[in-house]
Amino acid sequence: MLSPYRVVDLADDRGIFCGRLLGDLGAEVVKVEPPSGDPARRVGPFHGDDPGVENSLYWQIYAANKKSLALDIESPQARGALARLVASADFLVESFRPGRLDEIGLGYEDLRRVNPGLVYVSITPFGQDGPYRDFLATDLTGAALSGFAYLTGDPDRPPLRVSVPQFWTLGGAAGAAGAMAAHASRVRSGQGQRVDVSCQQALARTLSHAPQYWDMNGVILERSGPFRPIGNGRALRVNYECADGCVNYIQPGGETGGRAMAALCAWMDEHGEGNALLSGTDFGAYGFGQLPDDVLDAMSETLAAFFRSRSKRYLSEEAIRRRVLLFPVNDPADVCSYPQLAARGFFRQIEGPDGAPMTTLGPWALSSERPLGLRRAPRLGEHTEEILRGLGLSAQEIADLRASGAAR
Amino acid sequence: MTSLPFEGLRVLDFCWVVIGPMTTRHFSDFGAEVLRVESSLRPDVIRHGLPFAEGKPGTNRSGYWANYNSGKLGLGLNMADERARAIAFRLATEWADVVAENFTPGTMEKWGLGYDALRERNPGLVMFSASMLGRGGPYDAQPGFGPVLTALSGHTNFTGWPDRVPVSPYGAYTDFLIPHAAFAAVCAALDHKRRTGQGQRLDLSQLEAALYFAATPVLDYLANGRVQTRDGNRDPAAAPHAVYRCAGADRWCAVACETDAQWRALARLIGRADLAADPELAELEGRKRREAELDAAVEAWTLARSPDDAMQACQAAGVPAGAVRDCRDLFADPQAAHRGHFVYLDHPEMGRYASDANCFRLSESAPDYRRAPLLGEHTEYAMREILGMSESEYRALADDGVFD
Repeated sequence: MLSPYRVVDLADDRGIFCGRLLGDLGAEVVKVEPPSGDPARRVGPFHGDDPGVENSLYWQIYAANKKSLALDIESPQARGALARLVASADFLVESFRPGRLDEIGLGYEDLRRVNPGLVYVSITPFGQDGPYRDFLATDLTGAALSGFAYLTGDPDRPPLRVSVPQFWTLGGAAGAAGAMAAHASRVRSGQGQRVDVSCQQALARTLSHAPQYWDMNGVILERSGPFRPIGNGRALRVNYECADGCVNYIQPGGETGGRAMAALCAWMDEHGEGNALLSGTDFGAYGFGQLPDDVLDAMSETLAAFFRSRSKRYLSEEAIRRRVLLFPVNDPADVCSYPQLAARGFFRQIEGPDGAPMTTLGPWALSSERPLGLRRAPRLGEHTEEILRGLGLSAQEIADLRASGAAR
Repeated sequence: MTSLPFEGLRVLDFCWVVIGPMTTRHFSDFGAEVLRVESSLRPDVIRHGLPFAEGKPGTNRSGYWANYNSGKLGLGLNMADERARAIAFRLATEWADVVAENFTPGTMEKWGLGYDALRERNPGLVMFSASMLGRGGPYDAQPGFGPVLTALSGHTNFTGWPDRVPVSPYGAYTDFLIPHAAFAAVCAALDHKRRTGQGQRLDLSQLEAALYFAATPVLDYLANGRVQTRDGNRDPAAAPHAVYRCAGADRWCAVACETDAQWRALARLIGRADLAADPELAELEGRKRREAELDAAVEAWTLARSPDDAMQACQAAGVPAGAVRDCRDLFADPQAAHRGHFVYLDHPEMGRYASDANCFRLSESAPDYRRAPLLGEHTEYAMREILGMSESEYRALADDGVFD
């Protein structure tokens, strides 16, 4: 879909997802990385637990569909090649601290003079200006400042992040959205512009209706463990232990909820593990979150007892058959054997860092016209020659760049 | 300022709940005409989702719904009536550049609005479909809704303490992750159409897209056979790395040392020169071994401070830190305020309400935030101005309940 366009991707491990998404959609993404390798190559876990420069699984997933140009953007020798590269680009993506690229002549104001049509995407924790502009941030401190952590966790313990980082990934995705909005504008005006992403804001947009609760009702929603708050200080249990892990059961409201609970009650009754109050309740008559307290308590206890002695697999397969709205809390192994993903052929084989096939995630959307591509992440400097040649550098110039250490 | 990027673009929006409406809101924010199709007989479930303005329930009073539908136009269509389906078909084939929907697979087809039917009349159409688990496969019609996807995608498993049942990220978390990529894909499809004349269908499984936000543990399992799990706030590559209790009730500050230098700076800041000088703690491995002891030392310091004081002191010392914001704090957060993270819109039933701003700023194209529509507010406009119906024709259909 985006095959006519080139993206110069200067983003490190923090803004890395943006270029991946644009590459998925067909753009040529040139990942410019230091000759020693991009910082994302040092993010674990590693293929075979060997922290070699090609082995980062983080790199494997988020640098797929990119090309690698190993070029030191700070080196004076690289300046000419970089200027040509920028002139050839439609998009530039970066995630340095605000102001860093201005210091080395690659700021937006510098590059727009070279290429007025350039869409220049900056992905930073808090954006390019404001009181936190220069704050250091990590996934955890980002979860705190965005409001995510406060809503997440058990009431008797500290607020939580997700153990798999979300802050940068979400900021990268927002960068791709901003890039495409700016591109639509460029199509009309011929002019590029700056896209300034705040990861804090990106994560704050995952808080569901919590900000509106404060704005409209003056209510501060709080973390509630494996329960889901349903208003007036009440909560519905949603995560339960089972024999070999956990399952998720959310009781919806209305008709759907009535059918789901009737099926679950019948299932528990068959095993003599039901509860008379639950079997006698017309769940379909209640909207989401409107169940009486005694019913909520009975649900929490009866379901917990029923699930605890049964396996995740038995419960989730039986739930599908009976149309009970129970789902497994998938761990990574469960994800990889989840029947729906297998049936859709979601997992794909690519060449791994050791040359042998490795399995990875398939495309995140299907297009009837231009299927999203899936090329393995590039080796360090794999496309240096191809890109520099394409920019008109001679073999000698490329050899000189390499000899100086500015390219690899 | 140049004109808005999507001025003149027409989006027929059948989406509901969050993932679809949040995707199409990017278009209304930036100037597209987004016609939101709804029915008063079966309204979008989050029209009745909490919170309501002043706590009073009503179809046009949900702050949750309003947030994802700002700037759209409201069209009422009772899709059980074949005349309503015919109107939808005309809008999709004669008016729309984009049709977006996130019903259970098969719903649009049942209404005669499947992609193949629409494409025949409107070959340039970009149709965006999202569903929970994707079209085809054994579970494609499995009932369910957003919040369960965090269980399937692994996010739930990765949120919580290792000694306890996991919690889930709040709300229909995966719904909020995907709209950025979904929007980018629709834009790419529109660009393809501009250049080639060819439209397309984009079909997205929420589960598959959400896995990109929990991908490395999946690859770790596939490549190394390791089954990672939740670990509270700890991180294998950083220590100390936790959320610490501060002065006040339920007040907290996150502190994360990603480098040895940050650790030494933190140890000195909290008055523990002894720890800063301890050779066993100089590198990550040693700090991981004594992480509980270090957490206690840091918390002894944070307990005497407000979250903001702790954060400011850490930042001044070069240590990453962030005060834990609850939603009230978020409205008062100086950075969020500086960025205009909440925009206030005036609504005829709700009064002034706060809507989330976009998380990216465009230097030349400021978004045009407008309030969310009432249910069916623009039906007459759509029928008369867009489809050119006469007043009597419109009235007759309205009297028959076609727009309910």
